[in-house]
Amino acid sequence: MRFVDEYRDADKARALSGQIAALCEPGRHYKFMEVCGGHTHTIYKHGLEDHLPETVELVHGPGCPVCVIPMGRVDDAIAIAREPDVILTSFGDMLRVPGGTGSFLEAKAEGADIRMVYSPLDALKIARENPGRRVVFMAIGFETTAPSTAVTVLRAASEGVSNFSVFCNHVTIIPAIKAILDSPDLRLDGFLGPGHVSTVIGCRPYEFIPSEYGKPLVCAGFEPLDLLQSVHMLLRQFAEGRCEVENQYTRVVPWDGNARALEAIARTMELRPHFEWRGLGFISHSALALREEFAAHDAEKVFDVPGVRVADPKACQCGEVLKGVIKPWECKVFGTACTPETPIGTCMVSSEGACAAYYNYGRFSRAALAESTMREGTRA
Amino acid sequence: MTTEQQVLDRIERARKRAPKVREERVTLAHGAGGKASQTLIDDVFVTAFRNPALDALGDGAVLDLGLGTGVPRLVMTTDSYVVSPVFFPGGDIGDLAVNGTVNDLAVSGARPMHLSAAFILEEGFPIGDLRRIAASMAAAAARAGVAIVTGDTKVVQRGKGDGCYITTAGVGLLDRPEALGVAEVRPGDAVLVSGPIGDHGVTVMLARGDLDLAADLESDTAPLHSIVAALRDAVPGAVRMMRDATRGGVATVLNEIARGAGAAVILDEAAVPVRPAVSGACELLGIDPLYVACEGRFVAVVAEDGAAEALAALRAHPQGADAAVVGRVADDPPGLVLLKTAFGGTRIVDVLVGDPLPRIC
Amino acid sequence: MCLGIPGEIVEMLPDRADLALVEVAGVRRPISVGLLGPDGVGPGDWVLVHVGFAMSKIDEAEAAATLQLLEGLGQAYADELDALAASDIT
Repeated sequence: MRFVDEYRDADKARALSGQIAALCEPGRHYKFMEVCGGHTHTIYKHGLEDHLPETVELVHGPGCPVCVIPMGRVDDAIAIAREPDVILTSFGDMLRVPGGTGSFLEAKAEGADIRMVYSPLDALKIARENPGRRVVFMAIGFETTAPSTAVTVLRAASEGVSNFSVFCNHVTIIPAIKAILDSPDLRLDGFLGPGHVSTVIGCRPYEFIPSEYGKPLVCAGFEPLDLLQSVHMLLRQFAEGRCEVENQYTRVVPWDGNARALEAIARTMELRPHFEWRGLGFISHSALALREEFAAHDAEKVFDVPGVRVADPKACQCGEVLKGVIKPWECKVFGTACTPETPIGTCMVSSEGACAAYYNYGRFSRAALAESTMREGTRA
Repeated sequence: MTTEQQVLDRIERARKRAPKVREERVTLAHGAGGKASQTLIDDVFVTAFRNPALDALGDGAVLDLGLGTGVPRLVMTTDSYVVSPVFFPGGDIGDLAVNGTVNDLAVSGARPMHLSAAFILEEGFPIGDLRRIAASMAAAAARAGVAIVTGDTKVVQRGKGDGCYITTAGVGLLDRPEALGVAEVRPGDAVLVSGPIGDHGVTVMLARGDLDLAADLESDTAPLHSIVAALRDAVPGAVRMMRDATRGGVATVLNEIARGAGAAVILDEAAVPVRPAVSGACELLGIDPLYVACEGRFVAVVAEDGAAEALAALRAHPQGADAAVVGRVADDPPGLVLLKTAFGGTRIVDVLVGDPLPRIC
Repeated sequence: MCLGIPGEIVEMLPDRADLALVEVAGVRRPISVGLLGPDGVGPGDWVLVHVGFAMSKIDEAEAAATLQLLEGLGQAYADELDALAASDIT
């Protein structure tokens, strides 16, 4: 695949890995947060950490929209799905996410009509094809996904598809990064910036991170070489005494973002005063709601949404894990009350969550894995 | 103060406990072949039906009919087919139902002989479609050299079924002396797959139409009795075990091998054959081809010194042109599947809870 | 957070507003190109696809520059290893 395979080359990775090790100051430990869940996925899928020295640690950030959805919003969506004549649509990611009283998959088993879609436009199509039903799209995601919801709402309004509405759960990335930066016990040295969010918002919104907080950020692509190169760029900033926003993902991310996409969001959505993030608590101006003009397509107005609030369990320390303050195994409920089959906190929900990954894979150190495959290699 | 090791030990103990179904109702995940399916089977069925033939939990049960030694033993298997849509590029529910049961017998080491077929039809299902399905079953049975010797038909009210469901059962004869099974697997053995993976799962996903994706792909549904026989003829005694990769894909089969043998399976990502369109669809949907269903591919574990010959035999067969050695069995870490990524890293390939779902993040 | 895959526009779909047929390794799907600039895109262009929308046109010159840079970093490392090997001999 073009623009994919060439960024997965193992030889280039080995060379880059040598350069990265050479840039590390002896005795110094570096802790970089990859903000985006997509990056976390790349890191696991390709075994990227095997190319990093032990002194470079990657901390998995809050950029997984599924993980940060508060349980109450899942319960609200299920309540909508149980209303008469409703078809609730959402991305496959949402189906297994537990709310306070179960997941979409369980609600479906109890009779709710919940369908998976690939695109919000597909949800609109289901509405056109089922005029007698009320079709709701559970919208989740950061600024990458919000424009697609915006365009879909505009299309529904202009075509007068009156049986279509959106349960809007879009969140914005900057306030989440800020919440992490403001944490008093922060122990991060820099950020790998969310490349696909940046196709929309560009690189400028990150400039306060080096200027106000003194942490560098490199906007990173999603292939494994993109991430290695971005780590290299962060380390070079340290070596050269710089602290700035850099863009590694220039083939896709324009410095100023995508004006049309931002305009579509601005036309249809406005910031909520505050929104709850699983693991991080309430964050001001961190989420989007549909504007009053589109109330006819706003599920929160069309339906009597219960507005359930399920507090994060007290014992859960996801917030501290997300900020890199503690390691997953140091959490009080890790591996006892909180497991991948019965997750309590955000980090155990998705398989890419820091705790789920540690639960499944963490008991084998990188070194042990490498050794066992190497021994295998010599025998073969 | 709890140490990291204490926490990890606690997790290991928890993992060894017999799984329990937590949900109050059956969900789609319980039918997907992953962790949820295994839990349901262990907790509900194995607990209730426990007996020596079942406890092996193979693709087919080996039956001792008490006819004395020297008489070939019987293998019995059964499977249900609920694929939607019933017709898809490369096949339909009919040949799928015949091939699936033939394959379960073949990879158990048996020569497939006789099949039964039971139909659950929804009121309103077109007779023309049913004729087409029956014809395709007859053709598949002829190809596999088996006869469909008994059957059953039920019709349910409109809305109570999805057109047509088929259950097949099959019996075959275990007429070769070599023992097959996960207990025979040894460190050092080679792991082979008989062809490109994921064709069936991706084809059916696309044929449903709701993803609006199109590709020139066909299901891999096919009977495996002949390629399995070719493999066993080429390296008599060297084949340790075989399993066809259906729901849960090759990843699930490899995990069953690792767990059953108490050994590690070390998989080489670059060696795993995947068609470009299958890998394109998987990239788009954010799923891993290792978990996508096949209906005409099998995994074979072969003794190290027979691996080259086994591969040559598979490739010489018309169904095995793209067969490959994809990994090896090792001592450590027991019970796990490790993947050496093409990028030069290592990761664990676990069993999924349910179906691989398309994702956006 | 956001799965984005590069695909090539193979055909504009004039009968459906803002839609283009995009191909990823032989897999085709109609994708909305409405979020791209007024200059638009056409067959042969590569775009980043996310949830059925083209989010960005892929800049081929920048892609080549990144690869060249990676190539250069690799070369610098290889040279360094060679230099080390040479110094070992002497």
